[in-house]
Amino acid sequence: MPGKLKVKIVAGRHLPVMDRASDLTDAFVEVKFGNTTFKTDVRHKSLNPLWNSEWFKFEVDDEELQDEPLQITVLDHDTYSANDAIGRVYIDIDPLLTNEAAHVISGWFLIFDTIHGIRGEINITIKVDLFNDLNRFRQSSCGVKFFSTTCVPWCYRAVAMHGFVEELVVNEDPEYQWIDRIRTPRASNEARQRLISQMSGALQRKLGLKVLEMGGNAVLGYLQCFDLEGETGLVVRAIGTACTLEKLSGAQPNILSSPQREPKETANPEEVAVNNQSSGSSSPRKIQTFSFSPPKPSSRRSSSSDTELSLTPKTGVGSGSGSREANPAKTLCRQLTQTPFDQREYPFFTLTSFPPGFLVHVAGVVSARSVKLLDRIYNPDEPETRDAWWAELRQEIRSHARALGCHAVIGYSEHTSICEEVCILSASGTAAILNSRLLADASRAPAGDVRPWPGGSERRETENGRSAPRDGTGPEDSLLQSCCICHVPYDELNLPFPMQLALCASCHLNKVPDVLFTTIELPHSLAVIGKGCLIQARLCRQKKKAQGEVNAATISGLLPFMEYELHTQLMSKLKLRGMNALFGLRVHISVGETMLVGVASATAVFVAALPPPGSVTVAAKTPEPTCEGHLATLQRHIDDLVARNRQQYKIILPERVEEAAEPSPEPRHLRMSRSQSESSEEMPDLDLAHGRKDAFVIEIDDVDAEEDVHMLLMDTPTPPGFYICNTETVPGVRRLTSNLQMFTAVRMYSLNSSLTAHALNRTFNSLCDNLLKSLFFKLRSMTPCCLCHVNFSVSLPEDELVQVTVTSLVAACARDSNKDEAMGGPKTEQLRGYLESEDPLQFPLELTSEAAPALSPSHSSGRAGTVESRTWPSLDDHVAALAEHLPICNSLCSMEGIPGLPSRGAQGTEMDSPHVELRQRHRSAPSPSPTLPPPIVELTPLSFVAGHHVNKYLGIINVFFIRETTSLREEGGVSGFLHTFLIEVFSMVRAHVVALGGNAVVSYRLKECVFMENLNKNQAQCLVNVSGDAVHVVCESDSEVDLQGASSDLQACPM
Amino acid sequence: MSLEMDVFVGNTTLIDEEVYQLWLDGYSDSPLTGYGTIQTVDNAVAKREQGGVTGGFVDLLLSDTMDQYRVFYRLERLLQSPDKLSNQLLFQIPPSMQSVLFERYYNFDEAFVRELLGKKLSKGTKKDLDDISIKAGVSLRSCRRQFDNFKRVFKVVEEMKGSLVENVQQHFLLSEKLARDYSAIVFFANNRFETGKKKMLYLTFEDFAFCAEQLIRSWTLGAAGSVADDMDVDLDREFLQDLKDLKVLISDKDLLDQHKGLVCRGVRGKMSTHCDIEGNFKGLSRGLVNIATKLMHSKDVRDFFIDLVEKFIEPCKSDHWSSEDVQLFLLQYTTSAHALGTFRHQVLWERYMVTIRSCILKMYHD
Repeated sequence: MPGKLKVKIVAGRHLPVMDRASDLTDAFVEVKFGNTTFKTDVRHKSLNPLWNSEWFKFEVDDEELQDEPLQITVLDHDTYSANDAIGRVYIDIDPLLTNEAAHVISGWFLIFDTIHGIRGEINITIKVDLFNDLNRFRQSSCGVKFFSTTCVPWCYRAVAMHGFVEELVVNEDPEYQWIDRIRTPRASNEARQRLISQMSGALQRKLGLKVLEMGGNAVLGYLQCFDLEGETGLVVRAIGTACTLEKLSGAQPNILSSPQREPKETANPEEVAVNNQSSGSSSPRKIQTFSFSPPKPSSRRSSSSDTELSLTPKTGVGSGSGSREANPAKTLCRQLTQTPFDQREYPFFTLTSFPPGFLVHVAGVVSARSVKLLDRIYNPDEPETRDAWWAELRQEIRSHARALGCHAVIGYSEHTSICEEVCILSASGTAAILNSRLLADASRAPAGDVRPWPGGSERRETENGRSAPRDGTGPEDSLLQSCCICHVPYDELNLPFPMQLALCASCHLNKVPDVLFTTIELPHSLAVIGKGCLIQARLCRQKKKAQGEVNAATISGLLPFMEYELHTQLMSKLKLRGMNALFGLRVHISVGETMLVGVASATAVFVAALPPPGSVTVAAKTPEPTCEGHLATLQRHIDDLVARNRQQYKIILPERVEEAAEPSPEPRHLRMSRSQSESSEEMPDLDLAHGRKDAFVIEIDDVDAEEDVHMLLMDTPTPPGFYICNTETVPGVRRLTSNLQMFTAVRMYSLNSSLTAHALNRTFNSLCDNLLKSLFFKLRSMTPCCLCHVNFSVSLPEDELVQVTVTSLVAACARDSNKDEAMGGPKTEQLRGYLESEDPLQFPLELTSEAAPALSPSHSSGRAGTVESRTWPSLDDHVAALAEHLPICNSLCSMEGIPGLPSRGAQGTEMDSPHVELRQRHRSAPSPSPTLPPPIVELTPLSFVAGHHVNKYLGIINVFFIRETTSLREEGGVSGFLHTFLIEVFSMVRAHVVALGGNAVVSYRLKECVFMENLNKNQAQCLVNVSGDAVHVVCESDSEVDLQGASSDLQACPM
Repeated sequence: MSLEMDVFVGNTTLIDEEVYQLWLDGYSDSPLTGYGTIQTVDNAVAKREQGGVTGGFVDLLLSDTMDQYRVFYRLERLLQSPDKLSNQLLFQIPPSMQSVLFERYYNFDEAFVRELLGKKLSKGTKKDLDDISIKAGVSLRSCRRQFDNFKRVFKVVEEMKGSLVENVQQHFLLSEKLARDYSAIVFFANNRFETGKKKMLYLTFEDFAFCAEQLIRSWTLGAAGSVADDMDVDLDREFLQDLKDLKVLISDKDLLDQHKGLVCRGVRGKMSTHCDIEGNFKGLSRGLVNIATKLMHSKDVRDFFIDLVEKFIEPCKSDHWSSEDVQLFLLQYTTSAHALGTFRHQVLWERYMVTIRSCILKMYHD
């Protein structure tokens, strides 16, 4: 009996009129926890009742405290008939169960009814008296802190990382129980909300127990998902990273600064076995699956990894002096580098960014998918099948990582897509090698006896240790620090498939792959050139309607092709942007009755350590005379696009004369367009060849392929003043100064399935593009700004319906510093000449004066192209589409000048922006009281609030809302209904945070947004799951200085 | 492909002032009744397009306009009870944006309010809004909003203690300027002053607003130092009753002549030469005093402004007085009365004439 929950109902306001006769309400409140219910007095005839009740006390187990939500129901008293419910509030009291989070929950909550929405507000105060339970066999896990944030939270220090934890609970979905036929929609929704709340409470408790067992005290990167399987049940599953956190004194940000010598790892006999296994797994089949050249997977489950990596696990991770000794003997070395961590079932981390020094190498993306047929779960207490499915998938991920020579998977996430009885399970992550000394050894370290992470002074040594065995060059240069993450952890002589390794552009000592795909955030230490940007691959595939096994087989047959195609698109787009690495890659494949839809989003960057991407060329497999001119035109468009992109993202290659001296191999493919380039003759042969040695070739063998190329070119360009990425911050953008807006945009399209496969694909592509366009339009007055953490999710709610949900944070960013701009002048000149040379790799040493003016508006050449090639009907469209790029850019520019819509860019000062208010708020915040004014609550998908730092984590927010309407038309149709609901959800989350004593939610996610409608019945239902960390943030003291710097920049370089 | 649903929701409610103005101006095809339903926003989109917002991306405009309109419809209820907006939790609106929302929502077209001034804010008047809307050249939708605003403000402040302007300002979070205008509208509506006669059409809303302020300042209960419920809205009955005592200025022949003599002497040489003060004095003085004595009947209160025009302004105009002439005359006319030995109602006279004087001067233009 270790807990006493105390609840006080203070007052209500803005209650709805429940009695038509008097236009008033006789309200009272029921407070329910577990099976105990208390009631307040009835306050007659008031819309703003004051109850000021006694403290209602619940004496309960801590297990119950964790599982159950506090349920508060506001009712209208009726003397003669049954009391009418006004609405409810569910409050998760978990934040009160740890001593570091909130101590009291007190404030105004929004009263929510699943049919009517928000119906007034209620003021509640909640406290918990907790007695420590020392029982070894306890079932509760009070005190374990949960964080949605996927990095070590501010004001905490990670003392040890224990690794992956997962849990899964199953129940019957109340919506599908027999009783649902006779109860009201409201009762059914409420049963569902309550159940889900209980399930997620129980899930958290069970996961917490596992963490305690491992000796940890917190879960980072906690990710909870709901699988609404329908008839077969409701699955709530969660994954996270267990670790031991230590609170830093003071509110200084998380810097690992306690250098403490670490006992040397000892080799464990078992590890050798593990290692042998991992090298044994490099079967030919695997190699094929891992390559990015067309795989021909025949297995029902498809898997792929996006990077070019050898399979031989190389010595890699060194534990200091240990690896140095081991240099000659590979086996021994392997023993040493294998930590007990490897023995873990799943060496996974849900984190996406790590403390410095933790990440040693990043190999590439590993992913696995499987298609399952849902069956009834007979025993909800032992959800064996679901567990087994995920276990299978995780094992596959692990074996992929092993095959890549990596011992860990970071940035790991899981995802499902369900349609009727078919379910696609997906898991993905990034194979990596971590600094093993930083991983806590759960088997040996009991709780409490944990070793702190080493600080910066030790880090360098670690890297030196790593570099020593690799090249035998010894621990010489400190330059390595930034680039070692990219170095391939294996042997270049043993490449499993044709791929290119190059010398690291930073240190010139180690080999790096030519592109790198990852699911993590860009590590801070990694140097990038220019700015990053969002790229997306989109794909829509038709499939036949089918049932059961046949359906599942069809889907699993399609998956590998989809993955391959998405990958090809990503690669092409990456090359077109002139970049060489992807971060934050998310591939979501959704299944519908007649379609499969895949969207891969990632942030492309130019990592300085990786080789510059070669030129992009178009080639035809069967050169026909008719298409030569056409290809040339196409090639010109591509070149223009690449040039434009480089200019836009400010990718200026460092000069490297010595590299040009390398022997120049033949271009690997037939290049149709080569002869068309005007400027090529001027270039010395050597340079030409150098540039082309790793040219990226897009092959065109039929009309379909050609359309694909057009689609690549038709991507909406990011208008000036915007940066867009799906990572937390835009790589290359100095800093975010303040949050401007967090938004969710939902669009639903009905596709005509009678379209041809290509038309369907094109339509899908353009609808995603249109959505982006509309975002740029809506946010035009906020420029210059960054759209950070753009999260695209696509689902197929019904036949022919596609729903796209985008959530993102718009943040103001500091303009490029004066220094940058000053350098911009001459650089642009160089850039022009260099663009003109038609060879992106070619950096002209001398600038000819003719080169600069030749950079005419790019689409004029496009127009010339149309004349040449009338025989290609599709090209006209294509050119039109290209020309369209410019109007939108222009219009977006001109929009800034419209009166009433002044933009900071146009006016040259921040003060003209409509969001001045917001900014001033931020700016003025520190002086009187270091907090934001209470009513303003920031929601942000990032792990921080720009211009602020987190000084307290108040607990995890994880809420599930259901809203239903039977008067869809009256509420403004589907859009009106969803609009209202989202506003309500945001406001409920904000109210919750304020009651916890916070002023922001970080790592905010709107995970599930399931929408169902029945227009004929005038009905619609929507389910939303929102999660994040409630925090209290304070304005950074130095932010004023920075803002001043930024504004002086603004004056110096008005747009 | 067709777009079935299109929603954009921000955590912070930021509005596009331009679109907001279009909404307020009634650029919407949606039915006038019905909350939250938007049929089409085509004409708002068309308007934005004319303004050159995009280079022909109608779908972007359409989607943006719909989103904004949805927010406006949801906000409308809160805009109508501003006290709720400040402590509601549904919308997170930066304070500066809140004041923009209110200021614009409660803003009105002078052409429309001029038509409506002095009319009873009743259902009957609301039915006539179509005509007024055509006359004023303001869309019916916008007219209805403005009418409802007047009525709402009227209802709230009618029975309140304290300064009318301050009440409006505090209760509806409006700027002082707008609060003053609303005070005038409330005051006119309460006293039902006639402003619609043809003769008065040359008068602008601003003229009347000024006059209303003068009347509120010195003729209402509040001005008399009372703290009654509706002190600024109702005229001081006692004062109006007392005004009949001024009759003596025209009924007493001696007093009239004496007064005339004093005035004529006072203005001699200062007014334009063509002014026939001798000949006009009797008529003008009778006009002004008669207005005063009639004010005890509420029906005649309504005719206050028309009387001013008919009995004073028009005669002066027909004699081609300049406004300086009028000012001089009125000043002399007021002060001279104080010199009349047998005239005992000096305080009353001052209270009456100061207001009359400033009203007439404001109204004396073409």
